[in-house]
Amino acid sequence: MDAPGSPRELEARLARLPNPVRLVFFTQTFGCDTCLSARQVVDQIASLSEQITVEEHNLVLDKEKVAKFGVDRAPAIAVVGEMDLGIRYYGVPSGYELASLVDAVLLAGTGELGLSDESLAAVAGLDRPVDIKVFVTPT
Amino acid sequence: MATAIEAIEFPDLARQYRVSGVPKTVIDETIEMLGVQSEDVFVSHVLQISAEGPVA
Repeated sequence: MDAPGSPRELEARLARLPNPVRLVFFTQTFGCDTCLSARQVVDQIASLSEQITVEEHNLVLDKEKVAKFGVDRAPAIAVVGEMDLGIRYYGVPSGYELASLVDAVLLAGTGELGLSDESLAAVAGLDRPVDIKVFVTPT
Repeated sequence: MATAIEAIEFPDLARQYRVSGVPKTVIDETIEMLGVQSEDVFVSHVLQISAEGPVA
């Protein structure tokens, strides 16, 4: 058994990815100390499955993509499967957050939301989009 | 939109949303939850904001 979050464990989990997932990465040329690190993490995850592709856009220059994916900071990662479910990550997904991002990739690639039937039925009644922000730290 | 934000990298956002610990969840700019919540509690908070109508 590989340690949770280890490259081998992540690779094993991503091996069952049935559908393509795009990691849409937004960078910024100046004033982004962490963009390079974030891009390296994105590349690392993409290296674990042929289903995962990376595309990079510039937060300042690529205004069309910025508007399409609704991002306003860099580094930003949009996790996009067959549909864009609105999953975004701002910052460098290191440590435990690397596993969280892999979870997001699996969600986008499998369509399995991991929610109970009760929860799915409850949120199915929502009549408008809801914005959810979760602040995390890289522990 | 479901956004994860690394609080140390974006201190201005952490200040704006009064992040005193993690994980901190903010729903539609108004409902706040600190700490890991059960699925039931999380869903009930999402439904609560929906019942209150759109944020002006």
